[in-house]
Amino acid sequence: MNRINAVFKSKKESILNIYFTAGHPKLDSLLEIIPALEEAGTDIIEIGMPYSDPLADGETIQASSEIALKNGMELNLLFKQITKLRQTNKIPLILMGYYNQVLQYGVDKFLKDAASAGIDGLIIPDLPMQEYETQLKEKFIKNNLGISFLVTPQTSDTRIKKAAALSSAFLYIISSSSITGTTSNIADGQITYYNKVRSLISNTPSLIGFGIHNSSSFKKASLYADGAIIGSAFIRHLEGKKNLRSACKEFVQSILS
Amino acid sequence: MRDKYSVDDNGYYGKFGGAYVPEMLHHNISELQEKYLSITHSNKFKKDFSQLLKDYVGRPSPLFFANNLSQKYNAKIYLKREDLNHTGSHKINNTIGQILLAKELNKKRIIAETGAGQHGVATATVCALMDLECIVYMGAIDIERQAANVSRMKMLGAEVRPALSGSKTLKDATNEAIRDWINHPKDTHYIIGSVVGPHPYPDMVARFQSVISEEMQYQLEEQTGRNFPDFILACVGGGSNAAGAFFHFLENESVQFYLAEAAGKGIDSGHSAATSILGSEGIIHGAKTLLMQTDDGQIIEPYSISAGLDYPGIGPLHAHLIDQKRATVFPVTDTQALNSALMLTRTEGIIPALETAHAFSILDVMDVEPDSVVVVNVSGRGDKDLPTYKNHFNF
Repeated sequence: MNRINAVFKSKKESILNIYFTAGHPKLDSLLEIIPALEEAGTDIIEIGMPYSDPLADGETIQASSEIALKNGMELNLLFKQITKLRQTNKIPLILMGYYNQVLQYGVDKFLKDAASAGIDGLIIPDLPMQEYETQLKEKFIKNNLGISFLVTPQTSDTRIKKAAALSSAFLYIISSSSITGTTSNIADGQITYYNKVRSLISNTPSLIGFGIHNSSSFKKASLYADGAIIGSAFIRHLEGKKNLRSACKEFVQSILS
Repeated sequence: MRDKYSVDDNGYYGKFGGAYVPEMLHHNISELQEKYLSITHSNKFKKDFSQLLKDYVGRPSPLFFANNLSQKYNAKIYLKREDLNHTGSHKINNTIGQILLAKELNKKRIIAETGAGQHGVATATVCALMDLECIVYMGAIDIERQAANVSRMKMLGAEVRPALSGSKTLKDATNEAIRDWINHPKDTHYIIGSVVGPHPYPDMVARFQSVISEEMQYQLEEQTGRNFPDFILACVGGGSNAAGAFFHFLENESVQFYLAEAAGKGIDSGHSAATSILGSEGIIHGAKTLLMQTDDGQIIEPYSISAGLDYPGIGPLHAHLIDQKRATVFPVTDTQALNSALMLTRTEGIIPALETAHAFSILDVMDVEPDSVVVVNVSGRGDKDLPTYKNHFNF
């Protein structure tokens, strides 16, 4: 069984998924960050593949991507780092990036290399569901890779159902219509939306992301989904920290406490 | 009629195009996909659009037989004078169309990206006309090199927001506009200025700009006795003026399309925006097209002296035309474009925009017969570029 599916099977609530950008703050920081996050109690880790033009991302992830690219992060190196890490770590790993990165690397080669490095799933926000369904789905299955599609408050009911059906990892519920990195609180309107999504997707596991930034927003989001995703707030927390391991631990503890 | 080179039902020109957008934009994009044709084909829209083009923009723009240029290059050269439109370029054709569409969609807030500032000015203008809030994203570098247009936008009541990421030019302004749209999913319409972006933008913008070739047909008929030329020359960044000038001749293969691409300091200099030569297939701003990128799919920051051509991609229609060898691309350096700008000014008394000047450089290298009918699309006037011309030529 895919490691992501196993997490949702064994743990039913308050699943913590943390995002960070590969190659940031240092080129090989990933080798420190992932074990520290795993040890501190993170359930899933989403590794951002730094991109020059991350359209769905706010300033924090843009800046971390720019630094990571300056540091020299490339997909070949990322796969090497993950392969090395997988010798000791078992936490589910997801790659998040933009479709052009996958296309240029070569779709077949990308899926094969990601899977053999030990990646469990992908999130590609600008991959159309239809293109996945008609051209990529079989290849994901063959490589035992999961995928997560996104839904927003503007997504129609039919489309929410379709996204849930296609999301073999989990459904990614975007808290409000925005790019990443906002820190707004959950409003009443959003609760109606979360409840609607829940009612439409039956048993598909789901996580809420975008704007989740501290313990209270994490806990609140976890009431309406199987857990939540934190990205920008974690990257901001790492800023200027000399000891990444203790910074990771500190952050996860602050969320779970 | 336009089967071979027009967009298909899924938004593709051959293998190029489509809509590769994050889910946050899906609702707005599919709303446009579903409605753009029915709205723009309605009698009310057609009437309002053509009325504004006539009385507000000043169309039809003249097709001028350039006698001096014709003698110089030994061909029959005609200039399609989009520079004479209100606001000084072809960009207004599209913003008039899109503002009417935005009204129909009941949007209250307009956003746009701009490179040279021509599209920003054209957007700010129609927003002033229709009393809608207007926010224009412009690369920080372009804000400096196109200062006159920034002042015009501000006087028109628009807010100009600098794009500070990446190369701080058109690509980055487009990224910021897209992010703004994600953050304002309900009340905002994004007026893209070129034939780029996710479907239906490339087709929609090409249709609004197609008035250029529509007029050329009857103007050529009147002046040459034949309703099509042998050659059409246009500059291409994203490619909206070229798309408009080609549109009604797409299926007429006896019309040759020549595109001038910004080679910057030279194709091999590392400072260029010659997408068709330096680019490969990929996705930029929601469309599959040709773009300048690394092996890892990172978009390469382009360079051109001309802010409007300083873009690492090209509209999917043009990628298809190039791929099918329906259009020929000529790389034109900064220096060649500057010289062509001065040449046109001194030969015909027309100061072109730097973008437009690139198209005139093709005249120096193309083969023509004395009776060849050549139309150059004069996409914009050069007032905004006077500081650059002044510095370069030491006036």
